Amino acid sequence: MTAHGEEATIIGSAAALENDDESAILLNPMQDASQPKWLGQYREMGVLLWRGFSLDKVMAQCFGNQEDTSGKGRQMPVHFGSPEHHFHTISSPLATQIPQAAGVAYALKRTPSRKSKSIAACYFGEGAASEGDFHAGLMLASTIPSPTLFIARNNGFAISTPSTEQYNGDGIASRGPGYGIDTVRVDGNDILAVISAVREARRRCLEQGRAVLLEAMSYRVGHHSTSDDSFAYRARAEVEDRKRIDNPITRFRLFMESRGWWNADAETELKARLRDDVMKAFKRAEGLKRCELGELFTDVYGGPEPWNIREQREELTGLLKKYGSIWEPWRNELGKFKNKGQDLLGPK
Amino acid sequence: MPLLKSPPHLANTARILATRHATSPAAVRHRRCNSTVEPPPAGGHLPSIATSQILRTKRETALRTPGLSWADEDASAPSRTIVGGRETRKMNTYQAIRDAMGIALAKDESAVVFGEDVAFGGVFRCTMGLSEEFGRERVFNTPLTEQGIAGFGIGLAAMGHTAIAEIQFADYIFPAFDQIVNEAAKIRYRSGGSFNVGGLTIRTPTMSVLIAVEVVIPRSPIQAKGLLLSSIRDPNPVIFMEPKILYRSAVEQVPVDDFELPLGKAEVLVPGSDLTLLTWGTPVYHCETALHMLDSPPPSLEAVVPKSVQSAKIELIDLRSILPWDVETIVDSVNRTGRLVIVHEAGLTAGVGAEIGAEIQKRCFLKLSAPVKRVTGWDAPVALHYEKFHIPDAIRILDGVMETLAY
Repeated sequence: MTAHGEEATIIGSAAALENDDESAILLNPMQDASQPKWLGQYREMGVLLWRGFSLDKVMAQCFGNQEDTSGKGRQMPVHFGSPEHHFHTISSPLATQIPQAAGVAYALKRTPSRKSKSIAACYFGEGAASEGDFHAGLMLASTIPSPTLFIARNNGFAISTPSTEQYNGDGIASRGPGYGIDTVRVDGNDILAVISAVREARRRCLEQGRAVLLEAMSYRVGHHSTSDDSFAYRARAEVEDRKRIDNPITRFRLFMESRGWWNADAETELKARLRDDVMKAFKRAEGLKRCELGELFTDVYGGPEPWNIREQREELTGLLKKYGSIWEPWRNELGKFKNKGQDLLGPK
Repeated sequence: MPLLKSPPHLANTARILATRHATSPAAVRHRRCNSTVEPPPAGGHLPSIATSQILRTKRETALRTPGLSWADEDASAPSRTIVGGRETRKMNTYQAIRDAMGIALAKDESAVVFGEDVAFGGVFRCTMGLSEEFGRERVFNTPLTEQGIAGFGIGLAAMGHTAIAEIQFADYIFPAFDQIVNEAAKIRYRSGGSFNVGGLTIRTPTMSVLIAVEVVIPRSPIQAKGLLLSSIRDPNPVIFMEPKILYRSAVEQVPVDDFELPLGKAEVLVPGSDLTLLTWGTPVYHCETALHMLDSPPPSLEAVVPKSVQSAKIELIDLRSILPWDVETIVDSVNRTGRLVIVHEAGLTAGVGAEIGAEIQKRCFLKLSAPVKRVTGWDAPVALHYEKFHIPDAIRILDGVMETLAY
């Protein structure tokens, strides 16, 4: 699942919400009162990368290996999360993060050290904005005022459904005034415009202690996910045209080149380096084992472990002792886990 | 303008009616009148709530409620387990609930109470006086959005705050189902323990709710076509659940004409006399594999499948309709076999197997030769990379069958 075509929206908003003193965030993020709280949908990996979430951590989550600090291999790829980066763990059901963002922002407002300093930044697509949770979230952030920045990424498609079938009104932005929320629509493929709009939105959020809705107009160049072939519902030419005529990366590159800040050599060098970094992280993650099998039963509850979980873990342990080495599907599978299930089975 | 503000849709109407009914002084008078006029029944009074011995109406017994532990400010104070000096006050349930929330708000600065109409005291009076006492920032009304209330509470709780949400009636909780089931119940697990919403409490007044839906799970293409047509024409709402993994993997010759299969009827797939193996959906196939392994174990499993169980005749049944379920067929089978193993993918606790097991032990108690065995998913969310050890497969079913045969 990529953000291909929406890079300017994601990186631009992350950059705009950056603290003045970047090192303070990275060295001591929990102490940094102005660090926003992030609630993403699933195309916002760029925000995490911008904040310093490493490629190794990205790959660990996607492979679900033992270094996956986002969810111990429990969730599907791209479901990142990191308290250290103030990034709430991605959830698959659509739009649930929107009312949650209102709650997060209200908590920020009620926390003396963060009041008037921090906002909650919440991302979602124009399709998710049709969910009841969108309306609930905007309504709550409006009637129980809280500094929530809603960032609607209007990329034209919800899997196969074009935005023309998603709403009959004027996009997502037109709904903001209905909820009494200051609203701005921006060219999501112009990174400088995004930065400018998001900065102003943040200023209003903090000054008024209220929500702001921002709609970034973009285009999903990539398929919805790896299990989607978008040429089944849109013309290849349309996508190619977009890539050529309105490519956010090309637009920013041309701007940089016109200022003399960038050139073809630098571009080539950067691409080669990034590809190399990604492949290195990919190969490394690929070779790592999953977490220990016993993690199947942890984190279900906090506090003392209830009897049913304990007994079920014991039941699986008993079954593994009996069949783990003679039932081939299990024997093969056990080999993929750190310590091959010995954490449950105990020393031989 | 008032009409525009609160359109007279059904939910609102129901809300107003329910509120009126619950709090109307006329209704209270009516009940009181009834209780004084009606003569005592011939056999004397059965215990009612008013006379129940379970209720502790005296201070001494109240203070000795089993399991009660005090949560005083000073954890080291010697009086934690001492009853003397403790006060009690006569309260009904809503007053006790209000009292609990008052204590939570007083002791925990992060605690907030919110929901529909809670600021004026709530339609069942559970939040009476709280907003006056603690301020509108901490005790406030929300718009009519159950999903919003739940999500908002989850957001607060994810920040370590204490969120006490009220859903006005349990009947209105379903828009919040996604937030509750997919978010509140799983955040800790899916974030690897990084986040949790332990601070969230959702209160809701409840009463028995009639489930007027049917639930159907087909095991194959023919079943899917026939059962779906029946479902579409059935006079009840039907939840029709299609096993994803079978969309492509199960292939049959399917009659092209219009046909139906009966709802509420199980199907005996393999007749047998020694044990009833009951399942539905995808595990039908794992059961089939397990029966093969029982009958003729592969070399690697020969050592663990005793000769004595290899000849057992297992009756395999596909339940197909989960609600209402075909109790007659299952009872008939278990009365013959004396043994029942239920297999389902969902978690054990409060799963469908629990309901069937309870009913079968009631109806077949004297015919049972072994406890009803459930082979199910664990009581944890199904995690991606752990799936093969979570969802019951053929070896777990085989093990459950052998255990029940040998009981």
